[in-house]
Amino acid sequence: MSMGESANSTAQPVTQLRSRPKVAGIIIFGGLIALVLAFIVSVSLGAANIKFLTVWEAVFRFNPDLTQHQIIRELRLPRVVMGGLVGAAFATSGAIMQGMTRNPLADPGLLGINAGAGFALALCFAFFPGMSFNQLVFMSFLGAAGGAILVFGIGSATRGGMSPARLALAGAAVVALLNAISEGIALRYRIGQELAFWYAGGVAGAKWGQLAYMWPWIAIGIVGALVISRQITMLSLGDDVAAGLGIRTGLIKIIGMVLVLMLAGSSVAAVGSISFIGLIVPHISRYLVGVHYRWIIPCSAVLGSLLLVVADIGARMVHRPYETPAAAIISIIGVPFFVFLIRRAKKEVI
Amino acid sequence: MTSTAIRSRNKRDAKSWLIVGILAVLIVVVFIISMNSGVIHLSPLDVIKSVFGHGTAQQNLILFEFRLPRILISIMVGAGLALSGCILQGITRNPLSDPGILGINAGAGLMVVLFVSFYQSNTAAPIFLLPVLALIGAFATAGLLLAMAYKRGEGVVPSRLVLVGIAIGSGISSAMIVLTIKLSPEQYQFVQTWLAGSIVGANWKYVIAVVPWLCVLVPYVLLKARTLNVLSLGEQLATGLGARTNRDRGLLVLAAVALAGVCVAVGGGISFVGLIGPHLARRLVGSKHQVLIPASALTGGLLLLAADTIGRVAIQPSSMPAGIVVAIIGAPYFLYLMTRMKKG
Repeated sequence: MSMGESANSTAQPVTQLRSRPKVAGIIIFGGLIALVLAFIVSVSLGAANIKFLTVWEAVFRFNPDLTQHQIIRELRLPRVVMGGLVGAAFATSGAIMQGMTRNPLADPGLLGINAGAGFALALCFAFFPGMSFNQLVFMSFLGAAGGAILVFGIGSATRGGMSPARLALAGAAVVALLNAISEGIALRYRIGQELAFWYAGGVAGAKWGQLAYMWPWIAIGIVGALVISRQITMLSLGDDVAAGLGIRTGLIKIIGMVLVLMLAGSSVAAVGSISFIGLIVPHISRYLVGVHYRWIIPCSAVLGSLLLVVADIGARMVHRPYETPAAAIISIIGVPFFVFLIRRAKKEVI
Repeated sequence: MTSTAIRSRNKRDAKSWLIVGILAVLIVVVFIISMNSGVIHLSPLDVIKSVFGHGTAQQNLILFEFRLPRILISIMVGAGLALSGCILQGITRNPLSDPGILGINAGAGLMVVLFVSFYQSNTAAPIFLLPVLALIGAFATAGLLLAMAYKRGEGVVPSRLVLVGIAIGSGISSAMIVLTIKLSPEQYQFVQTWLAGSIVGANWKYVIAVVPWLCVLVPYVLLKARTLNVLSLGEQLATGLGARTNRDRGLLVLAAVALAGVCVAVGGGISFVGLIGPHLARRLVGSKHQVLIPASALTGGLLLLAADTIGRVAIQPSSMPAGIVVAIIGAPYFLYLMTRMKKG
């Protein structure tokens, strides 16, 4: 079979792949409406419940003399906006990874990327205290890259080649190692307090200043993912197929990986490691809208936002008035899902 | 011909037992170093004097009330976890088996956290209850793990078992975070240090709570060494050699889970000892379980004791939990083993 033929024979199914743009449209639109509702609920709930009307006034007719307006402006609003942003970021990075590597178990938390970022943060807090948030984001980005290189390097050094399960195993061990070293550093240099937020993973401490630095990274990440979504779809059919269709697979993979690191790295710098959003949400999106990443990526972004904002509401409701880290809530949902995926995987894949 | 074969086997056995002896001597050496190290420095001579009853009151207090129970707990917990890992690795024929990695330790820990969060009084009774509770948690988790990793037609595939175990472990850890939020600061502190695998709080009560269990479980495992040899050859060979595979395997898994549960009850969440201990021991003495079992136990005890001592010396006056020290050594070793494992 010549190259041309193989490209043709595989190009055919590409156009016929299961895709539901209408469903995707409904999910994006409905998801955004649900997100607005979740925002409102999230802003009004908390240690002090605030009426909806007051929320409305705090946003549109802000009065700095009122405590409730202050709470909404300085505590609740940045928190919920942060939740929406990083939820979208984690979900999008998971979608990119799952598509590019054809690995159903890909997630920035599970594959060591978040742990690498956290490790870099531990180093920064211990040896360069007083770094600006922008510098922290950059270091976190570098750490995320280090974590990814470790996991993928070890995964591909494995006898018999890289398999999804192998990568997940390597990821778990790298996470254990990096977390142990970070914890050791935290104890040695007494920075446990600064790092506590990172272990826990939650959006409770979000500030407008952090958001101002973060949103461009996340915006570029998500828009970039949309731009290369067609290529990611091709890659998700296999490297050979993508190459046959004229995709420069190496280049696209590098771009995709940089986008993942930007999204995950900046998110970890702000809220700590939150696993499983990047695992669950793309799977659900793919199930709902088909295999085209043009639709999977925006749906993942919207549903990821929604999941984290809702989980954060739940996190505040479990033991009021105490705060539970949102990451713990998401793990409790995510773990059964992960087990389900492993059980479904064929023996050969594992 | 046969006589030379027997002689060379005897020679190898003798060499293995010699290594076991050396391990025991090493434990004694680290024991003495560990007795010496800490915030208040005592010379080896002081230690020996105190051991024979000629120390000052302060020396006695430090050595016998603080350091000695902690050292004994380290050795016992390390040995127990390594034994548990040794059994699990032999039976599942999975080199990555370790009660910590498989989530069994987390399950045992969850019960302890649940108990701490519901039990309010400070009387002495609970310490003896902890092993029992941890056992229940360990058994429940092991059951869940097997049910989730078993698939009809395929049985329990090693990597699936490990992945499911890791997942269950991380789910349980999250559940623990949710539970610990509402604890009082003192309870929270206890749970936190305990989870990190810190043996700081060890006292004689912990030692007494764990000794009876080990006295039953360790001899049982030693008696079953021959069965373990047969089982580690694989299902078909084992049945062919006349082992009652299912019954024996079931009982040994129960013993392994019980060992892990009891050790977690007093030692906290310590992973990787059960992984490295047996592997190092196997490298030293080979895979014959009659020697491998004592060698694993000694290696595990030595490892955890060394880790606890390093943790105590590394950051003074506070200390680094032994669990962290072990993870920093153990996780790379896990990665190394993983890259050498064949697929499937």
